[in-house]
Amino acid sequence: MKKILFLVSLLASTMAFASSGLHLDTAPTNLSDQQSLQRGAKTFVNYCLSCHSAQAMRYNRLQDIGLTEEQIKDNLIFTDAKVGDTMTNNMSKKDAKAWFGAPPPDLSVIARFRGVDWLYTYLRGFYRDETTPNGWNNVAFDKVGMPHVLNELQGEQVLQVEKHGEHETQKLVLAKPGKMTPVEYDGMVADLVNYLDYMGEPAKTKRMTLGIYVLLFLAIFFVPAYYLKKEYWKDIH
Amino acid sequence: MNSLTSLLGWVDERFPLTKLWKEHLSEYYAPKNFNFWYFFGSLALLALVIQIVSGIFLAMNYKPDAGLAFYSVEYIMRDVEWGWLIRYIHSTGASMFFLVIYLHMFRGLIYGSYRKPRELVWIFGMLIYLALMAESFMGYLLPWGQLSYWGAQVIVNLFSAIPFIGPDLSLWIRGDYVISDATLNRFFAFHVVAVPLVLIGLVVAHIIALHEVGSNNPDGIEIKKHKDPKTGLPLDGIPFHPYYTVKDIVGVIVFLMVFSAILFFKPDMGGYFLEYANFVPADTMKTPEHIGALWYFNPFYAILRATPPMFGSPLPGVIAMGAAVMVFFFLPWLDRGAVKSIRYRGTIYKVAVWLFVVSFISLGFLGAQVPTPLYTVLSQIFGVIYFAFFLLMPWYTKIDKCKPVPERVTG
Amino acid sequence: MSQNEVDRSKRRFLIAATTAVGGVAAVATVIPFVASMLPSQRAKAGGAPLEVDISKIEPGMILNVEWRGKPVWIVNRTKDMLDLMAKHDDKLVDPKSEMMQQPEYAKNATRSIKPEFLVAVGVCTHLGCSPTFRKEVGPADLGADWPGGFFCPCHGSKFDLAARVFQGVPAPTNLVIPPHKYLSDSRILIGDDSKGA
Repeated sequence: MKKILFLVSLLASTMAFASSGLHLDTAPTNLSDQQSLQRGAKTFVNYCLSCHSAQAMRYNRLQDIGLTEEQIKDNLIFTDAKVGDTMTNNMSKKDAKAWFGAPPPDLSVIARFRGVDWLYTYLRGFYRDETTPNGWNNVAFDKVGMPHVLNELQGEQVLQVEKHGEHETQKLVLAKPGKMTPVEYDGMVADLVNYLDYMGEPAKTKRMTLGIYVLLFLAIFFVPAYYLKKEYWKDIH
Repeated sequence: MNSLTSLLGWVDERFPLTKLWKEHLSEYYAPKNFNFWYFFGSLALLALVIQIVSGIFLAMNYKPDAGLAFYSVEYIMRDVEWGWLIRYIHSTGASMFFLVIYLHMFRGLIYGSYRKPRELVWIFGMLIYLALMAESFMGYLLPWGQLSYWGAQVIVNLFSAIPFIGPDLSLWIRGDYVISDATLNRFFAFHVVAVPLVLIGLVVAHIIALHEVGSNNPDGIEIKKHKDPKTGLPLDGIPFHPYYTVKDIVGVIVFLMVFSAILFFKPDMGGYFLEYANFVPADTMKTPEHIGALWYFNPFYAILRATPPMFGSPLPGVIAMGAAVMVFFFLPWLDRGAVKSIRYRGTIYKVAVWLFVVSFISLGFLGAQVPTPLYTVLSQIFGVIYFAFFLLMPWYTKIDKCKPVPERVTG
Repeated sequence: MSQNEVDRSKRRFLIAATTAVGGVAAVATVIPFVASMLPSQRAKAGGAPLEVDISKIEPGMILNVEWRGKPVWIVNRTKDMLDLMAKHDDKLVDPKSEMMQQPEYAKNATRSIKPEFLVAVGVCTHLGCSPTFRKEVGPADLGADWPGGFFCPCHGSKFDLAARVFQGVPAPTNLVIPPHKYLSDSRILIGDDSKGA
């Protein structure tokens, strides 16, 4: 038995080394922070929605994050969309392919695919690279087709490679400052990623709250059921 | 009360309601020494009901159309009232179903529940397992995500490895040259109508066969051997109702707690129950970086990958994977042991079971990893142990030194 | 077995308690499934109130719009039309709109908020066909006493320009006036008559 456990632990430890690759920064997101979600929504409709769509997301769903239908209509809808419509856009797939090499993906569930940490790293990881067609590259997404849309806010970064003997470390350095300080920019990206996380599964907060009640209820249910079983099994023992 | 009794009488003259109730519940005598492992039969039945009910409600809003399928799932997750809950019940339920089935099968394995006279109970059970695999495989295509698509592509292509008829067979399964709208539509039909019908039929057969021969127990003793001379009832048996119904209710509540904990707090189970890459709509032009199987197929997937191809054909792997499943059918005839239950088996059998469990779990783990040469070798080693467990069984169960079995059940 | 020692009342209590909590669980489980069959957010968005610009409707003309999948007519009635409409109350089934086929604010002689604008659901109260707009007075096929109104081609039901049903036709009641309100002089909102924002 002990040998088996040893074998299993040995196996597990050899496998732990398997995954490697990019280091991701932890995204400081918080789905219960409605202010952050609202700021993120604003950034999203301003910067993302002109090229990307979120065809599963209805504008009026944003009432979840503390906005009224009027606020949504007045501040977040820039197209002729109605408040009950989904977040589509008018860019044709063909144009998109010609401009970016591939149509910009729909972002409805992007956070569920990429995870918040990847998104947080990616949106802060653009740097100037003259070797790519659009002049931008990204630490999280090599030769990315999307240009740095938030460039005016973040400024321009370059990738510095330092050699320490065998090892190589890569560092992003701000070469040209943007409208925001790095701290402001990180905060804005965190809000945006927070929003993307919310949009990936709008029912998430409700789900967790309900889960607590369900588990509490089952715990209560357990009591009479357990004593009922015990009472009947007195016959047997 | 009187009118109820007379109504029951009226029904009983036309339909054996009371008779069925007695035969299968209130006068079905089950051994009194069932332990933890005996919860999983009724839980499997519950899991089936959960899947059928949640599935019916999903089918009301899901669209089996390659252009609409992916976002119809998101429509359910967002726009349909409580749709997210129903969808998560179904997706969590699928994994929980397999978990319960594996534990149920393991119970049968260690207590020799497949042995005479329960061979048909076991075979019906294995057929249920096969139907369930088909159900799961076809259901997994329906969300039409990247892994749905490419997973189905890979599995259906395995059929082309079959000599002569293979290529035509896989073409026929798909109804197209690649997985396409036609495939999605037929998988939907199978998933929601055909396979569930087969499953329900097999479950009924499984239970009828079981109630004909009576349940086994952790001691592997036939309780029918010792009957009360006056009543003719087994001395070690107790009526399933109320004793096991009240016990199973407790089991159900604990099961639902685990179920709810996953459903409400980690429905994707870190990418195992709902895979991250499946949140990208199927792209026929781009293969995802890593195509894995669903966690409950991983042991077989690892065997498939670890088997070296022959003359450039993946056929040996396909055969090995198929054999890894089908070999369970032969268990009743592979086991030559003098006793049924692991409790009275000798050291050899116990070691064999442990090795099997370790290799099954390890293969499951390896199947989820990106293959490397080391992992392939490990998969091969565990694969050999896996098959040795079955193929050497006639030999090692025969030479194993069993302990004497008591006349009556213990504990 | 120790049958004699069985505490029947304790068992009865435990059975009742377990059944009660289990019953609550069953009901709580059924609720989401039943609720999932209600109109979804998409259906609700499709059935959302409809804003219509009525400034382009010439006097005597009709505008057909779709609201919740049904045709809704907006007719800009002329002075002549309104005058003629008031003269045939005796031929109508329900001239005073006693039946609840309209919101309270449209229960008047013209069945409208503003006398000239009729807003009505263009679905015949007989079997659901959509009647045609026949504004001409006394055409050959409808008879010399036709004051202008709506004629249902399916079974010949006739309605006047306030969508009130004439006597002796299959349709039993006046056409439905949907809830609506004026956002401004030129814009109305069909499907929502709530006051305030």
